[in-house]
Amino acid sequence: MSDFLLILVSTLDSTIRVSTPLILCAMAGLFSERSGIVDIGLEGKMLAGAFAAAAVAAVTGSAWLGLLAALAISVSMALLHGFACITHRGNQVVSGLAINILASGLTVTLGIAWFHQGGQTPLLSGDARFLAIDLPGALALADVPVIGTIYSGLISGHNALVYLAFVTVPVTWWIVYQTRFGLRLRAVGENPQAVDTAGISVFWLRYRAVICAGLLCGIAGAYLSTAQNASFIKEMSAGKGYIALAALIFGKWRPKTALLACLLFGFLEALTVRLEGVALPLIGEVPPQFMQALPYILTVILLAGFIGKAVAPKAVGVPYVKER
Amino acid sequence: MSNKTLPAWIDIGVIPLINVCLAFIVSGFVILLIGENPIEAVQYIITGAFGYGEGVGYTLYYTTNFIFTGLAVSVAFHAGLFNIGGEGQAYIGGLGVGLMCMSLDSFMPWWALLPFAIAAGAAFGAAWAFIPAYLQAYRGSHIVITTIMFNFIASALMVYLLVNILIEPGNMAPQTRSIVESATLPSMQELFAALGMDIENSPLNISLFLALACCVLVWLLMWHTRLGYAIRMIGFNENAAVYSGINTKRVIVITMCISGGMSAMVGINEVMGAQERVLLDFVAGAGFTGIAVSLMGRNHPVGIVIASLLFGALYQGGAELSFEISTITRDLVVVIQGLVILFCGALSLMLKPTIEKLFVKLMSSNKPKENANV
Repeated sequence: MSDFLLILVSTLDSTIRVSTPLILCAMAGLFSERSGIVDIGLEGKMLAGAFAAAAVAAVTGSAWLGLLAALAISVSMALLHGFACITHRGNQVVSGLAINILASGLTVTLGIAWFHQGGQTPLLSGDARFLAIDLPGALALADVPVIGTIYSGLISGHNALVYLAFVTVPVTWWIVYQTRFGLRLRAVGENPQAVDTAGISVFWLRYRAVICAGLLCGIAGAYLSTAQNASFIKEMSAGKGYIALAALIFGKWRPKTALLACLLFGFLEALTVRLEGVALPLIGEVPPQFMQALPYILTVILLAGFIGKAVAPKAVGVPYVKER
Repeated sequence: MSNKTLPAWIDIGVIPLINVCLAFIVSGFVILLIGENPIEAVQYIITGAFGYGEGVGYTLYYTTNFIFTGLAVSVAFHAGLFNIGGEGQAYIGGLGVGLMCMSLDSFMPWWALLPFAIAAGAAFGAAWAFIPAYLQAYRGSHIVITTIMFNFIASALMVYLLVNILIEPGNMAPQTRSIVESATLPSMQELFAALGMDIENSPLNISLFLALACCVLVWLLMWHTRLGYAIRMIGFNENAAVYSGINTKRVIVITMCISGGMSAMVGINEVMGAQERVLLDFVAGAGFTGIAVSLMGRNHPVGIVIASLLFGALYQGGAELSFEISTITRDLVVVIQGLVILFCGALSLMLKPTIEKLFVKLMSSNKPKENANV
C-alpha cells in the first residue's frame, strides 16, 4: 500500500512539474482569446522567453533578472502580434505562426552566435536558477504516514515558479470574472461593437489582453530554461504551447476547467514516462507515442462535439473595424 | 479607402515586393546583430544556390517540395480555409507512397508504378485532411486547431509505425527498407545522361515536372472549372455561396482533400525520388514553408513557383552559408521564413493606406500637367 502511495505521489509530483508551463500558457491564451485574439503564438513566446531567461541568467547569474528578460521579450512578441492583428487587422493565425517560426529560428541563431554551444546556453547553477523551496515543516512531517508523504513529497519541494503558476489560476479567474476589466475583456471577445458603442476602446482592451498573455508566456519560458532545466536547449518548448492551447479549448476557455485539462494532459505525460516498458493487464504495453498523441486526440474528439461542446468566444479571430 | 483606388499592378506587384524587401531588410539586421556582414552573406547564399551545378540541383529539389505544399495551402486559402496541416498531410501521404512502392516495386518499373504511387499518396494525404475538413464543415470545429492537432498526431503515428512495424529488420535507424532501384524515380542526372548531357549529381528528380504540372492543374481548377469557381466564391463570401445554391459543406471537404492530396506529393519527391525509402521526419518543415510560399505568391500558381524558387535558393544557399560562416546556421533561413510570413501575411495590409495616399497624390499631381499638355 505504501509502495503504491509512493508511486502515486511521485507520478503526481512530476505531473505538477510538467503541467506548470501548460497552466501558465493556457491562462495566457485565455486572456488573449477571451478578448477575441486567436493566439497560436503561445509556443513561440514561451520559447523566446526561455532563451532570454537562460541567456540573461547565464550572463548575470541571477534567475530573477532572467525572468525579467523573459517577460520583456515575450511581451514584445505579444505586442508584435497585437500590432499585426489589432492595429493592422492582419490574419491572427498567420501572425501567430510567424511568431512561432521566428522564435524557433531566432533563438538558435542568436544562441549559436553568442554562446557557441550549438544553440544551447551555458549550464546554470546556484542563484541563476529557481531552486526547489522546502515549505515549512516539510522535513519534520516527512515521516508521518500519508499526510506527511503527500505534504513533503507532493506539495513541498517545488520552485517558486510552480507555486506562481498555481496562483495565476485563481488570479486569472478573479480578473476575468470579478473585475470591470474582466467584464469588458469578455464583452470585447463576444461583441466588440457593443463595447465600442459604450465608449470603451476595443484596441486598448485587446492590447492589454495580449500583454497579459505575453507576461504569462514569459514566466512559462523562464520556468522551462531556469527552473525545470538548467539551460536553454534548441526547440525546448517541444509543442507545449500547442498542448496548452488544446487544454484551453478542452477547458472551454474557462480558468478552472482549463487548469484541470492542463493537469490531465500533464498527468498523461508523467504517466507516459512511468508506463514505458510496463505491460498493463488486459491492454498490454501502451506505445508511448499513443500517450503523446492522446491530448491532441482528446481535443479533436471534444471539438467534434462528442464530449460536451466547446464554444469559442464569438468574435475570436475577427479583426475589429471601427465604423466611420 | 477601397481597393478601387489602386490599380492591380500595385496591389499584386508592388506591395508584395515591398513586403518581401522589408522581410529581407530585417533579416539583414539579424545578421548584423550576430556580428556578420549581410552583403557577404547574400553573396554566399546566391553562389551557394546558383553558382554551380550541384547547388542548382539542390535548389530545384527543395523548390519541388515547396511548390507542392505552397499549392496545397493556396487551394485551401481560396476557400477561406487555413490549412496548417500540410506538414502532417505530407508525412502521411509519404507513408502512402512508400507502402505502394514497397508492395509493387519488385513487379514493375518506376513509370508503371508512378500513377499508383501518386494515387496512394494523394489518397493518404487527402484522408488525413478529410477528418479536419469534415469536422469543420459538419461539426463546426475550427480547421486551424484541428489541423494543428493532426500534425502532432501524424508525427506520433509515424514514429510508432517506423519504430515498431515498418522498420527494416537489422537496421538500427527507424526507417523502412529502400525501394528497389528500378522502381525509384530517375534523377535529373540520369535523365540528362540519357539525353546525352552531363550534369552534376543531386537529389533533384523528375518530380519537378510533376510539380510544374500540378501548377497548371491548380490554375485550370481554380479559374476554369465550376468547382474552382465554387471554391473561390466560398472564400469570397460564404453566405453568398450558400444562397447561390452551392453545397458549401461538400465543397469545403473536397477542397481540403485536394489540398491534402497536393501536400502528399512531397512524398513522391522525397520517398520515391530523393530518399528512396520512408524515414523519420522526411518532410522537414516543408509544410510550414508552404504557408510562407503561398502568402508570398499571393495564392497564384505563378507566384508560388517564384516564391518556391526563392525559398529553395534560401534553403540551399543557407546550407552553403553555414559552411562559410561558422556563426551562422540554416536556422537563419527559418528566421527569414518567419519574417516573410510576418510581413507578407500578417502585416500585408500595413503599407496599403500609405501607398494609397502616395498614389493618389502622384496621380493628382500628374493630372494638371496632362491637361496642360492637351
